[in-house]
Amino acid sequence: MRGSNIYQIRVEDNGCGVPKEYISSAFGRVLFGSKYVLRQTRGTFGLGGKMAILYGQITTHSPVKIITSTGGPTKYFCELMIDIQHNKPLLRRGGIKAMPNPTYWHGTIVEFTFEGDYARAKPRIIEYFKQTAIILPYANIRFIAPDGVYYYFRRVTEEMPKPPQEVPPHPQGVDVELIKRLIRRTRTRRLVDFIVASFHRVGVRTAYKFLKFARLDPKKDPRSLKSDEIVKLVKAMKRYNHFLPPDASCLSPIGPELLEKGIMKELQPEFVTAVQRKPSAYSGHPFIVEAAIAYGGKVSPPKPGEINLFRYANKIPLLYDAASDVSMKIIRSIKWYRYKIDLNMPIAFFIHIVSTKVPYKTVGKEYIADKPEISYEIEWALKTCARRLKSYLTRKARRAAVQRKLNILERYLPKIAEFSTALAGMDDPPEIDKLFRGLRSSGQ
Amino acid sequence: MDNEEVLARLREFGLIIYEQLKRGEFPRVKIKSRTISNIVYDPNLRQFILGDRIITRSAANVRQIKSLTQLVWVAFFAYKSLSANQPTTLRDLYYNSEAFGIKFRDQKESNEIVADLETVLSVPREDFMIFPEERSAVFGDLTIEYTSPDPDYYGKKINLASHPDGMMIGPSLLTAEFVECNANKVIAIETGGLFTRFISEKVHKRFNAILVHTAGQAPRATRRFLRRLNDELGLPVYILTDADVWGMHIAMVIISGSANAAHLTELNTPDAKWMGVWATDITRYKLPTEPMNQEDLNRLFLLQKDPRYRDPFWAREISEFIKIKRKAEQQSFSRYGLSYIVEKYLPDKFSSLE
Repeated sequence: MRGSNIYQIRVEDNGCGVPKEYISSAFGRVLFGSKYVLRQTRGTFGLGGKMAILYGQITTHSPVKIITSTGGPTKYFCELMIDIQHNKPLLRRGGIKAMPNPTYWHGTIVEFTFEGDYARAKPRIIEYFKQTAIILPYANIRFIAPDGVYYYFRRVTEEMPKPPQEVPPHPQGVDVELIKRLIRRTRTRRLVDFIVASFHRVGVRTAYKFLKFARLDPKKDPRSLKSDEIVKLVKAMKRYNHFLPPDASCLSPIGPELLEKGIMKELQPEFVTAVQRKPSAYSGHPFIVEAAIAYGGKVSPPKPGEINLFRYANKIPLLYDAASDVSMKIIRSIKWYRYKIDLNMPIAFFIHIVSTKVPYKTVGKEYIADKPEISYEIEWALKTCARRLKSYLTRKARRAAVQRKLNILERYLPKIAEFSTALAGMDDPPEIDKLFRGLRSSGQ
Repeated sequence: MDNEEVLARLREFGLIIYEQLKRGEFPRVKIKSRTISNIVYDPNLRQFILGDRIITRSAANVRQIKSLTQLVWVAFFAYKSLSANQPTTLRDLYYNSEAFGIKFRDQKESNEIVADLETVLSVPREDFMIFPEERSAVFGDLTIEYTSPDPDYYGKKINLASHPDGMMIGPSLLTAEFVECNANKVIAIETGGLFTRFISEKVHKRFNAILVHTAGQAPRATRRFLRRLNDELGLPVYILTDADVWGMHIAMVIISGSANAAHLTELNTPDAKWMGVWATDITRYKLPTEPMNQEDLNRLFLLQKDPRYRDPFWAREISEFIKIKRKAEQQSFSRYGLSYIVEKYLPDKFSSLE
């Protein structure tokens, strides 16, 4: 059907579930989730899910239904709407109801209605699922579409990347608000202890050295810092060059093997190679770049002037504004001919950035800004893949050339042997197999 | 060269290939390059011969293995026909190839490979009994004796004036002995029309000549035959062609040899003379003409650079053609009446050339 319609959506996962005490805030309060610790997450501000629920609420004025369990003997059910004026959840019909969970199921089910136009959105939605299936090859994704079509993206592995660990923020990645929040909850009494306890990879020695650099008294009670001193502290943190860089334990990239599996399963290329760069950091935020190139097979060549680019940030596909993305700029700037690659070939590029803070250029979170540290990693990740593709293409060409030569030799050499034997008046033709042998082995 | 020696050379060629294969090597053959740039004039032989440049055909090279295979097969084919005493033609060879799983793009390619074999063995294909399809003819008072092995003809004698259409120049005539000759010159004529006319006008009697019809560019058998008439009987050879660049070159090939056959000797008749029709004759005899086309002119410009045309006489004729940009056929003399060429032109020419 064309035009706007009311749809009901039901999303179910088998994830860790939401603890009872967080249910109403997690689904009913915009910008919920103040972070004292950092780790790679799919969302950033706690906006996405609630915006969908809100959209359903304002277009159909109906509540969202939630069932969730963390895998204990109880699961919880509630219906709620968001009080937009006060940014508060409004629980309906008796609040959160406990229900028996005999199978110890864990996960979350969210159901709500909203207005939309599936026929128009369909290509983007299917594309989103397909790209998600690439980056999450260990997930089974099922989608029953409003038009009755059942999509099943089957997982190809049960192996999952190591989940991200929570780490305190790195001193170079904080702002005044975060410091204020950290001070409010710290139990330390001295500034030096506060810094060691609240920040990532700062030891006692570094803390003393830094406070000397910042001209702040290490013995001072952090709670007594005035606003201008906090600003001074943040500025000094940004200027100080001797903090250890953030480590990557808070990140969860998927790794080259899984990325290759995901690409293989969804795109069925002739060749795929993926690389993961070493962790790096920009402005105190750790990040890891992963990249892959898929070639041939069912990968079709791009439309003239375009590039098949799949972008991901923290395992989420980025569908819009590819042209403005830093990856696109880098792809266009690389001298591909050095790698025997031509952008008109059937090639797909994949860039995955994981970070505690992905530097989106806009609030729409659709494309990634041009940070020099990130550009550098993307460029070298792509070049590494390109080098491997080049060596694959070279090997393939060499194999084909050897095979062509073998075919030709097999066609002609026996005839040369036959006629020269007859001419020379010999009875038996000479052994010509050894002439092929060397070639055959070089063609493997 | 007698058949036994040719057969021995073919066997030796096969053995060389066979031995290389036996040693586990990719067989290869060295051939003198027949490109125009490797053709030099040999003043002793008075013909063009191949220079020192050598190319290799190797089975290890995918671009050469096909022609090497073709070459070995052509040698095999030649060996078969020759040992069976069975003359064949270039066309026969081309059509036979498919039955052996040998592919040629066209007959031009197979002809090229036959020329390769000639070059490798220094044996003309007539000695393998491979002849071209086109046949030219001879007429005149010359008695020959067949030497071909066919018992129906061996030792038989025949006078070449005994058939008014002329006798075909083929393998049997080429290998025949010359027994008795009452002519004192040879006239080689480009067109069949004039050849027939000359016979009916009794030119052979009036000028005491043997008439040879070259049928356009003279086939190699005809060129060898002319050479034999010149060598063995001491008859001067005069060539009469159309007054155009193509006719002129027919004469040149009879005299100096063709680039295509520079790997072979004794195909040309260095003392033969182009009696006409010259470019300068067009003006002198006020012959009816037609304009040259672009192809004629291009050919003239090309031949102007050819070393065979450096001689002042030939250079003069080329410049004259380029100047008048017109051409004339042998038959154009008929504007002065049918016998003008016989009564006036030929006597004029003989007296000026002798």
